[in-house]
Amino acid sequence: MKGNDSSAEKLENERHFHQTAKQPQLKPTPPPRKKGKLKSQAFREAMTGYFFLAPALVLLGVFLLYPMGAAFYYSFTDFYILTPDDVSFIGLENFKYIVEDAQFRQAFWNTVYFSVIVVPVQLSVALGLALLINKKLRFRVFFRTAFFSPVVMSLVVVSILWTFMYNPNEGLINQLLQTVGIPPQPFLTSPDQAMNSIIVMSVWQGAGFQMMIFLAGLQNIPNHLYEAADIDGASSWQKFWHITLPGLRNIALFIFITISIAAFKLLVQPMIMTQGGPLGTTKSLVYHIYETGFNYRDVGYASAMAVVFTVIVLVITIIQRVLIKEERG
Amino acid sequence: MRKKRMINKFTLYLSLVILTFIFLFPLVWMLVSSLKNEFQIFRDMQSLQAFLPPAPADVEGGYFHNYVAAFQRVDLLRYIINSLIYTIGIITFGLIVNSMAGYALARFRFPLAGFWLGVIIATLIIPPESIFLPLYVLVYDLGWVNTYTGLIVPFIANAFAIFLFRQFFLDFPKELEEAAKIDGCSQIGIFFRIIVPLSKPVFATVAIVLFINHWNDFLWPLVVASDESMRTIQIGLQYFMNEPPIKWGQVMAALTVATIPMLLIFAFLQRYYVQGLTHTGSKN
Repeated sequence: MKGNDSSAEKLENERHFHQTAKQPQLKPTPPPRKKGKLKSQAFREAMTGYFFLAPALVLLGVFLLYPMGAAFYYSFTDFYILTPDDVSFIGLENFKYIVEDAQFRQAFWNTVYFSVIVVPVQLSVALGLALLINKKLRFRVFFRTAFFSPVVMSLVVVSILWTFMYNPNEGLINQLLQTVGIPPQPFLTSPDQAMNSIIVMSVWQGAGFQMMIFLAGLQNIPNHLYEAADIDGASSWQKFWHITLPGLRNIALFIFITISIAAFKLLVQPMIMTQGGPLGTTKSLVYHIYETGFNYRDVGYASAMAVVFTVIVLVITIIQRVLIKEERG
Repeated sequence: MRKKRMINKFTLYLSLVILTFIFLFPLVWMLVSSLKNEFQIFRDMQSLQAFLPPAPADVEGGYFHNYVAAFQRVDLLRYIINSLIYTIGIITFGLIVNSMAGYALARFRFPLAGFWLGVIIATLIIPPESIFLPLYVLVYDLGWVNTYTGLIVPFIANAFAIFLFRQFFLDFPKELEEAAKIDGCSQIGIFFRIIVPLSKPVFATVAIVLFINHWNDFLWPLVVASDESMRTIQIGLQYFMNEPPIKWGQVMAALTVATIPMLLIFAFLQRYYVQGLTHTGSKN
């Protein structure tokens, strides 16, 4: 239960956000009427501007920026949900503990492993599908819809469905493998295969989405480039290397960033399919934060890990942005 | 030469067919199994029959007996309604709040306008996963746990939607608004009577993007709507997976039910969605 003190404090904080968001609206002194129309017009435009912008600013302030600041603050405290009145500042203790926490380390490397494999594989599958489909084909719309269809299912639905498909005894995939003469696999129940099984499913679910973006990019490449290359007698491999790939570079980089960040946020799949097991081999960073915060109620420590997680995501984003700028420049 | 081309064509279509199988077989299996009883599901898995609907003679108690059973076992209808309230609430308020903000940033000159735009774009980088815990503490303190308010309000303002609206309104011809101004229309009147009706494509795109994101939401409903009567469909589905007796047919029926709204959205509104996608892709 939360005590009155801290909730009052919270309201105070909230009010603070209201004020910062609205302040400029109140601040400008009403212009004296005698002084020309121009100034009062500018004032009215500012008022209208803030009238339109204020609701969004207040909401973003209260429900995004304030929690962000709160996470940062909690990360230096021993905030424990069951004793909210007894919060003390403990400096860097939480961060020191992160370095020693074997579970954090395992979750971190699991997440890195997942991302390092999913990102290039999903990117190339999506690009491959887009290239295959971007031709004059019979049933083109049918194929495109088929590749896109897993996107229509939610991650929860897909995770539950594949858990049954991966079932080691009665699952569909083992039954199919058996008809081809491959012995049954343990999939999600084996520490060696669990994460890879989740990776296969994730690529299957997501690739169609990026395929659509690649397709749009392919259609933006001017056709006359290919015609000119044909006249010069370029092989299809040369055309791909010198026209298609450069034409897709920006889109590919954009997709690269979005997949990397999404991969680093891995949570739903292990939570539903394996509960982080077997032996913690599928526990992800966000999953570990979730468990620490909501199951063990250690908000202070969970917040410290959330801060580290945010910093990692920021670093990935910044590195990739810099790479894009360099290539463009 | 011609023979080579034939072979090329053959391998192309063969690989397309194999890929189609890979991408479609889980979906087909889910749909088909939702119509079968447990015995048929396990028997059919040994053969290609796994991907074919049950023969009419084989059906007992109607094709949809698993659906009936699933709806009887838990309050699936309640979960669906909760999901609809959650998503439609976010869409309704989100369209108003975010379009207004996007319009302000595209049209008006006021102090700190550039600063706020920068702040809004910067918030795009904050991973929502990293603020869920303090957000939960805040919503708890406000007394909003297990309420629709707690589910909806934190996600009304959406930096990405504001950005999309701003891009759209920047390209919007100014002349119409100026004509209306001369006719004595107020700014608010101009926005709601002239701009909004003429901006249907961007509203449709944002609405669909919001629907898809929030219909599929998992983490926030999981922590805020812990009460059974407040569960959304994505949370409710887990019941069939975790609570014995586990009936595969019912699981597949429940999964299908959860997918139908998304299927309808894509079937009828895909055009807007793809437009939105390509827009974001090319702008970035």
